[in-house]
Amino acid sequence: MQKFLLQGLLRRALTEQAPIPNPTSIAELGYTLGRTARQKLGRSLSIREVDAGSCNGCELEIHALNNAFYDLERFGMRFVASPRHADVLLVTGPVTKNMREALERTYAATPDPKWVIAVGDCAFDGGVYCESYACVGAVANVVPVDLHIRGCPPDPTTLLKGLIAFVETMN
Amino acid sequence: MNFASKQTADQPSPPSCLPWPRESVDRAGWLAVGESLAKGERELLSLWGESSSVHMAVLEQREPRVRIITLDCPEDFFPSVGRLHPPALRLERAICDLYGLKPEDAPDARPWLDHGRWGVRHPCSAPEKIESTSDPYAFLPAEGEPLHQIPVGPVHAGIIEPGHFRFSANGETVVRLEERLGFVHKGVDQLMAGASIERAARLAARVSGDSTVAYSLAFAQAVEAAFDVNVPPRATYLRALMAELERLANHFGDVGAICNDAAFALIHAQCGIVRERILREAANCFGHRLMMDRIAPGGTLVDLERDGVRMLHALVEWIELMTPRLIALFGDTTSLQDRTVGTGFVSEALAKQYACGGYVGRASGREFDARKAIGYAPYPQLAFEIGCSKEGDVDARVWVRFDEIKASLQIVRQILDEAPEGPIIAAWALPEDWTREGAALVEGFRGDIFVWLRIRADGVVQRCHLRDPSWFQWPLLEAAIKDNIVADFPLCNKSFNCSYSGHDL
Repeated sequence: MQKFLLQGLLRRALTEQAPIPNPTSIAELGYTLGRTARQKLGRSLSIREVDAGSCNGCELEIHALNNAFYDLERFGMRFVASPRHADVLLVTGPVTKNMREALERTYAATPDPKWVIAVGDCAFDGGVYCESYACVGAVANVVPVDLHIRGCPPDPTTLLKGLIAFVETMN
Repeated sequence: MNFASKQTADQPSPPSCLPWPRESVDRAGWLAVGESLAKGERELLSLWGESSSVHMAVLEQREPRVRIITLDCPEDFFPSVGRLHPPALRLERAICDLYGLKPEDAPDARPWLDHGRWGVRHPCSAPEKIESTSDPYAFLPAEGEPLHQIPVGPVHAGIIEPGHFRFSANGETVVRLEERLGFVHKGVDQLMAGASIERAARLAARVSGDSTVAYSLAFAQAVEAAFDVNVPPRATYLRALMAELERLANHFGDVGAICNDAAFALIHAQCGIVRERILREAANCFGHRLMMDRIAPGGTLVDLERDGVRMLHALVEWIELMTPRLIALFGDTTSLQDRTVGTGFVSEALAKQYACGGYVGRASGREFDARKAIGYAPYPQLAFEIGCSKEGDVDARVWVRFDEIKASLQIVRQILDEAPEGPIIAAWALPEDWTREGAALVEGFRGDIFVWLRIRADGVVQRCHLRDPSWFQWPLLEAAIKDNIVADFPLCNKSFNCSYSGHDL
């Protein structure tokens, strides 16, 4: 164990430079973030991830945001275990009918001010599942969405760009 | 071999499944197979329905390893296999929910995937519109004065998939765990029916995102079996390469996550680095981090360039350096061993009864691996050792995963050195004569994935059944957590890492 710890101290960090956010996400966000909210939250953001029917692909890439290369926490963002602690819901999946109520209740349990970021192509428009009897489709059909991050699944850099744009618009 | 082509085109063709024929049986034949499952003479591979018939795939002890039988049930009833052999229970409940076929005298008549919220009953066969509600669900009782219940989910605390767990606990000790799943049911069976082969392949690739390569491979193999397509040798090697990279990435990710659930963050961080490097090389070599949609019926859609071979060699070399260090770190950290040893025990008998695949089965003495047992190309040409243990606890499941990491590294090296040159996809066209059936059994990182499909002559999929290995692992998690403390559940759960999406479909 000492070897690992020593390496961690002596070697250069693996964490990479932050990507430059995408101008379209910033434009989308311009409308949604009020001044007061920015003052209240500063640069810190607590995120609650909600899988509302995804294939788990988006979750894998969201997980990757916590690894040494992307290190999401350096931007003041962290994943929390309860919607009660969250500022942002990160929602994935084509919202299955069996998950609809759970998503609505999670949203209701999140204190104001709150935002929703829909992650992945399924969350945008239902993706390959859009015609199913078992799916509601886009997350925006169930709860108001402030930002979409597209991709199947979006890679961590794309996710990071979206999230950084989100926080920067707040400041 | 193509049995179907021996017939003349103007004859109506009886559906014949390849490579394993499907036979029709009567009630007695159906029950006889059910009884042999109960006696342990065969193992259940899958059980699935159609509008007025049920099908069952079983694993035989001798060649051919797979047998598929069908029972017509025009009255919408069929003799319950679950009554004789419990592993079939949830599959039967799913058949009843989706196709409206009822298992006679089944001991558990509760719905499984249907929560009453679809606005329709049995959506896949003669759907019946209903007012969308939320059906009440009676959890199994646990009686005794000091017992209390802990409901967990469907939204969980971590970044994981949704499902509901109902614990009955006596103080800290779990007396009973009951799972309620189906929250991520997306109606894949119905979306498959009527889809083109291309669309069906995209759906198959999105059944369970962590096993996208394995699902694409299983789907492709079933189509190739049905249409007697010969996959070029290079393509088989490239597919295996992707499958092994997927396996490695998942095993490293999970070993890290298991240790993290025992509050040992160091391995989690280190394993996260290995996983990320694998995904990055996958993106460099194949154009997608998870290698989604890279495999198509007939071969692969992307080739591996010379640069890719060099990069993957370097990656394997680095992982081979890291693996023994991580193994030592895991094995020498006594505080971690204290959490994993003896936790979440699954007996050999249960693993055998449930024909439990993957590391869960192998950690409890069931050494089945489709790469060896079915031996699809190119695995018979490759040398690798499959790990096995009889300890059956969280610790054993981690060690089996380390063994699988070693095996996958061996395989990747051989593929990089030995993959033949040549085309990467077979030129094949629909024969446009008659309806075909195909099946495949492919080893994903989690265990064996079974696919059976029927495709019309014009290339329209009539029915595609995909059975995730989790069907036979979820029930064992209920057994594994019994008599453990509630706080060890995340650890047990992660050591199984069953798929919700693959199971709920």
